[in-house]
Amino acid sequence: MRVPERTAAVLAWARRNLFSSPLNALLTLLGLWLLWLVVPPLLQWLWLQADFVGSSREDCRGDGACWVFVRVHLDQFLYGFYPPAERWRVNLGIALLLVPALPLLIPPLRRFRRVWLLALLAYPPVAWWLFHGGLGLSVVDTGLWGGLFLTLVIAATGMAAALPLGLLLALGRRSRLPVVRATATVFIEFWRGVPLITVLFMASVMLPLFLPSGLSLDKLLRALIGVALFAGAYMAEVIRGGLQGVPAGQYEAAQALGLSYWQQMRLVIVPQALRMVVPGIVNVFIALFKETSLVLIIGLFDLLGVVQAAVTNPDWLGFVLEGYVFAAAVFWAFCYGMSRISRRLERRPDMKAQEQQEMA
Amino acid sequence: MTEQTTAVRFEHVDKWFGQLHVLQDINLEVARGERIVICGPSGSGKSTLIRCCNGLEPYQRGRIVVNGIELTENRRTVEQVRRQVGMVFQQFNLFPHLTVLENCTLAPIWVRKMPRAEAEELAMEYLRRVRIPDKAHSYPGQLSGGQQQRVAIARALCMQPRIMLFDEPTSALDPEMISEVLDAMVELAESGMTMLCVTHEMGFAREVADRIVFMDGGRIVEQSPTAQFFAAPQTERARQFLGQILAR
Amino acid sequence: MKQAPSTFPRRPPWWRRPQVQAWLLQALLLAAVLGAIVWMFGNALDNLARQGIASGFGFWNERAGFAIATSLIEYSETSTYGRAFLVGLLNTLLVSALGVVFATVLGFLIGIARLSPNWLIRQWAAAYIELVRNVPLLLQIFFWYFAVLRPLPQPRHSIELLGLAYLNNRGLYLPKPILEPGFGWLSAALLLGLVGCLLWLRRARREAGSDRGLRYWLIAGLLLLAPAAAVSLAVGLPLGWELPEFRRFNFRGGLVLSPEFVALLTALSTYTAAFIAEIVRAGIQSVSQGQREAAYSLGLSPGQTLRHVVLPQAMRVIVPPLTNQYLNLTKNSSLAAAIAYPDLVSVFAGTVLNQTGQAVEVIGVTMAVYLTISLVIAALMNWYNRRVALVER
Repeated sequence: MRVPERTAAVLAWARRNLFSSPLNALLTLLGLWLLWLVVPPLLQWLWLQADFVGSSREDCRGDGACWVFVRVHLDQFLYGFYPPAERWRVNLGIALLLVPALPLLIPPLRRFRRVWLLALLAYPPVAWWLFHGGLGLSVVDTGLWGGLFLTLVIAATGMAAALPLGLLLALGRRSRLPVVRATATVFIEFWRGVPLITVLFMASVMLPLFLPSGLSLDKLLRALIGVALFAGAYMAEVIRGGLQGVPAGQYEAAQALGLSYWQQMRLVIVPQALRMVVPGIVNVFIALFKETSLVLIIGLFDLLGVVQAAVTNPDWLGFVLEGYVFAAAVFWAFCYGMSRISRRLERRPDMKAQEQQEMA
Repeated sequence: MTEQTTAVRFEHVDKWFGQLHVLQDINLEVARGERIVICGPSGSGKSTLIRCCNGLEPYQRGRIVVNGIELTENRRTVEQVRRQVGMVFQQFNLFPHLTVLENCTLAPIWVRKMPRAEAEELAMEYLRRVRIPDKAHSYPGQLSGGQQQRVAIARALCMQPRIMLFDEPTSALDPEMISEVLDAMVELAESGMTMLCVTHEMGFAREVADRIVFMDGGRIVEQSPTAQFFAAPQTERARQFLGQILAR
Repeated sequence: MKQAPSTFPRRPPWWRRPQVQAWLLQALLLAAVLGAIVWMFGNALDNLARQGIASGFGFWNERAGFAIATSLIEYSETSTYGRAFLVGLLNTLLVSALGVVFATVLGFLIGIARLSPNWLIRQWAAAYIELVRNVPLLLQIFFWYFAVLRPLPQPRHSIELLGLAYLNNRGLYLPKPILEPGFGWLSAALLLGLVGCLLWLRRARREAGSDRGLRYWLIAGLLLLAPAAAVSLAVGLPLGWELPEFRRFNFRGGLVLSPEFVALLTALSTYTAAFIAEIVRAGIQSVSQGQREAAYSLGLSPGQTLRHVVLPQAMRVIVPPLTNQYLNLTKNSSLAAAIAYPDLVSVFAGTVLNQTGQAVEVIGVTMAVYLTISLVIAALMNWYNRRVALVER
């Protein structure tokens, strides 16, 4: 009757977690059956019977996945139609991104805040110059940008624009001035209430109409504007949650010290608000990263776009699974990685976590 | 003492939380109608001991027998014990989505299968005993801490238990509300209820308890009749503790 | 006694006073916003005129001239653009409503599995959630459509399901219910039975309290089915089934679900279910352990605790983000455009826009529809929240 639990035995663990009751045992059998159903065929297809070596379609001989397909198209998947000779510029530009990101990963470096801010502000123009050209580098039209490179460009731009825009909108929505509050609210609810596809359509089709006829915007730029506004609205709601979460006493203490409105926000309130909603912010980033794939509907070739083009290419029919698995793996790696970083950030002592709504 | 008059018996009980040995060779016998106060420094295992009495905490070694029923991992026996043992928590743990009356009638209706009208009558009687019959249709969120804890006592009593457990019932209360809860507990003690109480309120202990159990580091260091414990504690540790507590 | 002054002594000049500044700022903002809107629309009218594109909603009643693959109502090439809009809207609502149902059921199952005491089941649920949440929905739609449904065999080699349904690369063929005369009576009888059953449940709950014995449930079931049974006996069961039958090259009869529809619905449901599962898990875990302990101490079983204490409190935490997911699902259904399922965006903001060129009107209407759906769902959620809010001081 009494069950002495000797911690040594794995058997005890198994008995507790897997077989503690008849229902439990049944569930364990179900779980094991699912494992047997899924894992061996998956391993066979992914690895054991897959073709890794080769350079053309004929090398796809096995029953498993033909990773030759991915190898042959890898450059395209990564860079889109960017001229091969200029690809070093893309690599350099992305590597440079690590510079502003470094302080976030190595705490001691955060002392050099001025330098970091400068690096952050200098990055966009430098990156634009590298990727696009001009001033000594040959011009590569944005229509040639594609693949993972384009995905990263869109995602990074969206993230970079979403934070300041979202902050502004969140502060506006909490303002006591009725006109400011109304404008911010309408703006936020509008962008949050419509699907991203319609935003992209609007950006690519309607935006040219709203501008004077001489001015024409690059297709990528139009998409970026749409994505930025969309992400900014979602970010605004997350940050608003943070602002609401900062105790009223903080506002009062800041006011009592004689700080102006903008000083209160900058030095006391916003730093606390942002720390509180780190999970929510990262969720918006993850959702943004996934939603960049929608640009293929307006004719931009992000990672999913080039993969889709490759699998529908008449020369390489029948490798749909390989293409999708590759794309899924890349997206999954980025998104899961971001959520892990978020969880690690949550645990830092100066970050307080809160449950936030998902953007999906 | 025979089985019929023993309410709770611990026999060489040991409990581990992972590697931490939180209860060490506990031997304790509580007679029916006896009032026990368990005290000691924080981390001494007092709450854990109480929570073992109604199966909220499992134990690894020894035997615990409550009202003649041995507490094991068998769910049946645990539920049987819980029907006879009531518990009041430090954090009240009232159900916020139910009214006070519904909090009290929930268990009688669903566990004892009492008809609703009968359960409500019973609940009103106990609410009168703890002196808040007028709040029967209020929600816990509308009550003060002291009021909530009294409701918690009434809720536990509605199951008509033979033993009542109190886990630091006044520790989360503002000072001015402590006395109203202690009054309810004193009245309960005077009605003959078997009580095991973990508390820092030494005044209450002196007034109500038959026996004081002093714990430290997972062991029962000393147990003696109340008067003797306060007048002449037999162990150094108990003396120290009393000195700290009563010095205030 | 001197009257207290109504303002601070030594009033600052009017341009320094905070109220005046506030109003000035707002006036400026309003002017800027209105100015921008006027400028944008001015440009738009200009550009549209230059390109010879009409303005206004005259096109609503013009002949559409294109076919739509799947439609819940009558539609042909001679129907108007307005009718095409309606078809698209209904398709969107259909796939969204079904998606919400499937996603909720699947999401709750997985969310509860995530909290199962069985380690293996917990890991499977966690694996599902982590996999599905981190892959773009569009990619999942493509996967179901191009990798699963399109490569299915031709009709003559269909996969047979229980002898009633058939799956092939042309779609999913299901038995189609045929409503024979007398069905109206049957529905009325079912409704009557349902009302009776609910009344019985309410009365029993109020009186006995908890004796939910076998007798109780038998009476409930009897009340539900008796009227319907009576009608069926009187007129014979007025419900026929048309089974799909294979003739020559394809199936005839039965209910056909296009591969686009099936792929979209599957992707939407499985994707949203992962998020719902996390919401359910977080909701159940948000109920403090003390609540469970108090319930156990009162003698309630784990099942009873779940039903009376944990779930009511958990639902308060679950419902707001849950409705948000429903909203997301509805908006995500617009991805149908990528696989040519004729939803609102695909039909209206796609084909109709291409043919008429009236971008402002078409996209404006489309956005207005989604905005309305969002506002309706938000209002419903606010109403629900206020109704079940925990009463506090």
